[in-house]
Amino acid sequence: MTDSKGGAEPSVPGGTDRADGPLVEVRDVNKHFGELHVLRDVNLTVARGEVVVIIGPSGSGKSTLCRSINRLEPIDSGTILVDGKPLPQEGRDLARLRADVGMVFQSFNLFAHKTILENVTLGPLKVRKESRETVEKRAMELLDRVGIANQAQKYPAQLSGGQQQRAAIARSLAMRPKVILFDEPTSALDPEMINEVLDVMTGLARDGMTMIVVTHEMGFARRAAQQVVFMADGQIVEANSPEEFFTNPQSDRAKDFLSKILTH
Amino acid sequence: MSLSDLLDFGPFFDNIDAILRGFWATIRLAALAGVFSLVIGTVLASLRVSPVPVLRAAGTGYVNIVRNTPLTLVLIMCSLGLNDTLGLTFSDDSGTTYYWWAVLGLSGYTGAFVCEALRSGINTVPIGQAEAARSIGLTFSQSLRMVILPQAFRAVIAPLGSVFIAMIKNTTVATAASYSEVVTEMKTLLDLPSFTSGAIPLFLGVAAGFLILVLPTGYFFGWLAKRTAVAR
Ligand SMILES: Nc1ncnc2c1ncn2[C@@H]1O[C@H](COP(=O)(O)OP(=O)(O)O)[C@@H](O)[C@H]1O
Ligand SMILES: [Mg+2]
Repeated sequence: MTDSKGGAEPSVPGGTDRADGPLVEVRDVNKHFGELHVLRDVNLTVARGEVVVIIGPSGSGKSTLCRSINRLEPIDSGTILVDGKPLPQEGRDLARLRADVGMVFQSFNLFAHKTILENVTLGPLKVRKESRETVEKRAMELLDRVGIANQAQKYPAQLSGGQQQRAAIARSLAMRPKVILFDEPTSALDPEMINEVLDVMTGLARDGMTMIVVTHEMGFARRAAQQVVFMADGQIVEANSPEEFFTNPQSDRAKDFLSKILTH
Repeated sequence: MSLSDLLDFGPFFDNIDAILRGFWATIRLAALAGVFSLVIGTVLASLRVSPVPVLRAAGTGYVNIVRNTPLTLVLIMCSLGLNDTLGLTFSDDSGTTYYWWAVLGLSGYTGAFVCEALRSGINTVPIGQAEAARSIGLTFSQSLRMVILPQAFRAVIAPLGSVFIAMIKNTTVATAASYSEVVTEMKTLLDLPSFTSGAIPLFLGVAAGFLILVLPTGYFFGWLAKRTAVAR
């Protein structure tokens, strides 16, 4: 080595490179609502570009787990790391984290007093402080990508449920999040609108977006997910590849649950 | 006293200058108090929904004290207490100073009512709106300013109209703060030795003047409520 400064390694700065570690790590997380123990020692690791589907009976804690990852629900104990960093407490740091973690809700929650375009541009303008010109251009591209560019000037209430949910996905994408959380994104939709939303989500998965999706749509899980996590009574009972989970569930709870949703 | 005396509008029109001057003073007071009470009410409502306990307590304390104090007392405290006794003045001209004390007293008082109307509006905004705002990274104050309050205001425009109508009528109490608006002018006229008949027409005229101020206010707020309603 020709390095003149004796002993100095041509170093990669300290320890593991963040870009290599998992994107989301949930470690030993517990959460109570009063007496109710809704998350029990939950552990979950989501790699970059991975799509994880969370499935399980109603009341098993799927939404709570999802919402605790961007701290819409605070946890009692355990650690949640996003991109190697623990979730901040309330305040500006938390807001900054949330900008990197997208969320799509069952009931869309588009801002009712703003047009679709304004819904999509609000975050990039006010949180990221990008210029209006770039933001609007990107927003229109995103609306085009989810197939509702022609609805940009309308208000949420003027759109169908499927269109609203696609707008909500575009609003989330506009922040260029590292990961997007979906909490039953198709459960409030009429059957004929479910596929237009799932198609958008499948496209995102194919493009390498990291996604955590609470859904009972097995077709989507098979098509897009690398991991299916089965929850019951606040615990992760089983985690496996979609193929394995759906064809060969291990636990009785999972077998029971699958037999119920399959017969319908 | 004859019927012609009762319906003698002569003195009313003879003194129309003083009466119009009084109404102009009323309008100047109401307009500024409208703007200020809106600002004060919005700040108070923001305090009352803030995540910081001290701020919440401050907002709650203010509203409970001011809402339960008679307006006359608030205004007398401003003009006699703060201005005359403590010597807090706005200008060397006493008329100007009393005007500002009347504006502040009335705004501070009305602001508490605006706050409560607004807070009920905040309660009509679905929780999901705030969650969506937080989830795109808006801070608490940004969510409040950009998502919650705009929807809350739209929901309470009609009740706010009632608050403002009450405020316009409350301007008459400002006479207690040594501010001469239309009722002060009216009393001055009535006390003149030369004023012998036409008291009732004078009352009627002033009452009609208030109708002219208040009715359009009511219609305006009704129209605004319809126009800006948020569809869900
Ligand atoms: N804000 C809350 N307050 C009290 N209990 C709650 C709250 N949110 C959820 N729960 C309870 O926590 C449990 C888990 O809820 P949730 O995470 O929504 O389940 P899932 O999404 O799997 O249906 C349920 O029993 C539910 O009733
Ligand atoms: Mg749920």
